Amino acid sequence: MTETKKERIDIHSYLAAFDDIPGTRVFTAQRARKGYHLNQFAMSLMKEENRKRFLADESAYLDEWDITPAAKQAVLDRNYNAMIDEGGNVYFLSKLFSTDGKSFQFAAGSMTGMTQEEYAQMMIDGGRSPEGVRSIKEGY
Amino acid sequence: MARVTTGITSSHIPALGAAMQTGTSNNDYWGPVFKGYEPIKEWLKQPGNMPDVVVLVYNDHASAFDMNIIPTFAIGCAESFKPADEGWGPRPVPDVIGHPDLAWHIAQSLILDDFDMTIMNQMDVDHGCTVPLSMMFGEPSEWPCKVIPFPVNVVTYPPPSGRRCFNLGDSIKAAVESFPEDLNVHVWGTGGMSHQLQGPRAGLINKEFDLKFIDDLINDPEHLSLKPHLEYLREAGSEGIELVMWLIMRGALGDKVRDLYTFYHIPASNTALGALILQPEETAGEPLNPRKVMSGHSLATA
Repeated sequence: MTETKKERIDIHSYLAAFDDIPGTRVFTAQRARKGYHLNQFAMSLMKEENRKRFLADESAYLDEWDITPAAKQAVLDRNYNAMIDEGGNVYFLSKLFSTDGKSFQFAAGSMTGMTQEEYAQMMIDGGRSPEGVRSIKEGY
Repeated sequence: MARVTTGITSSHIPALGAAMQTGTSNNDYWGPVFKGYEPIKEWLKQPGNMPDVVVLVYNDHASAFDMNIIPTFAIGCAESFKPADEGWGPRPVPDVIGHPDLAWHIAQSLILDDFDMTIMNQMDVDHGCTVPLSMMFGEPSEWPCKVIPFPVNVVTYPPPSGRRCFNLGDSIKAAVESFPEDLNVHVWGTGGMSHQLQGPRAGLINKEFDLKFIDDLINDPEHLSLKPHLEYLREAGSEGIELVMWLIMRGALGDKVRDLYTFYHIPASNTALGALILQPEETAGEPLNPRKVMSGHSLATA
C-alpha cells in the first residue's frame, strides 16, 4: 500500500497558530533550544547522588550548568511558569518537583495562580472548561 | 501466525502508580478509577484473552530520551527493560520482559514499509509504560506477558500526525501477521485523555471532545486521523496530544472494530481518563456487561 501524498503543511502558519492558545506554551523547537541546558539539568536529577548534591547546595549545583540567571532564579524559586518561559518542559521539570517530593498536580496547580486546594477542587468539579480559552483571537 | 487480537487504551499517569504504592487505590478519590479498570483486569484473566505479547505504545516522559536524542518512533528490541528513576527512585515493579524476535521482526517490517524506526537495544521504561501494566495486571512479582515498548515523541513539537500514527498501526498489524509463531498480540495505546499540565490554562478537561474522540476512534478512525495538532491543543489541552498514540492502536485493528468496554472518568489527578477494550469485528468476543461505565464528574450534567 502506498500512502497518497497529503497536502503539505505550511510550517510558519503551523507554528504561529500555537501562540493563539491562551495560557499555553507549546514545546516547539525554539523553546527546546532555549531550554536545552535547563532541561538537561532537570534530567540530571534522575540520579540519587545528584539529587543529594543538588538539595545540599542548590545554587552551587546550578552553577555547574550553562543556564541563564533567569533560569537559575526560576529553579531556586520553584517558579514553574518562569522555568517554562526559559524553555523548560514539564516532563523534564518533573524531575525537579519529584526531587522535592511533589506531584504533577502540585506543579500544574502552582502555574495557575490558584491555591492547591482551589486547583484540586476545580479538578474534582470537572476541570477547567475549554470555553473561552481555546483561542485568543477568536475568543471562544 | 501471530495476530493482533485486541486493542486496549489506558491512562498512564504516575499518580495511579502512586495510589497503588501508597495503598490509597480504594479511597474515595481513586476507588472509582480502580473500580472502572476491574472489568478489564477480569476480562484479561479469561481463557484466550491474556496476550502473549503487548506492543505497548506510550510516550517517554524525558526518561530514556533527554534533549540529546528525540526519536519520533522507537521500538524496544532488548531482552528486558528496567523501570526508570524519574526523580523519586524507580517504580517498585518488575522488569519489563521483551520479545526481541517479534520486536526485531516488527522493526524490520516497519522500515520496509517506510516507517524509519529507531531501534532501542538498551532502554529504561518510565511510568508511561509501567503504569498501564500495573493497571491491567495489578502487583505481580513478574508481568504475565512479554512487552514490546514502543515510545512515540509527543513532547517536542512537532509530534507525528494522527494520520501517520493511524497508518503506522496498519503497518504494525501487517508486521505482526507476517510473524510465523502463533502469538496472541495486543496493541495498547496509552496516555490522554484531555489534560494540560502547564501554564495558566493547566487543568483543562473537555468531556465533549473526549467522548466524541472515543466514538470516532471506534466508528470513524479514518476521519479522526485527519484532526490537526492545533485542534488537540485547543480542545484537549497541551498534553491531550498524547491521544494520537491511540490512533496507532486503532490502526492495528483493521477497518471495523467492536467496542467490548469503555470506561471514562473525571478527574484522575490533572486528567480525564479513558480505558477501552476493542477487538477486530471479525474475531471479536462478547461485550462486557456493563459495556460502558462513566464515573466521577463525567456523570454530572453539563
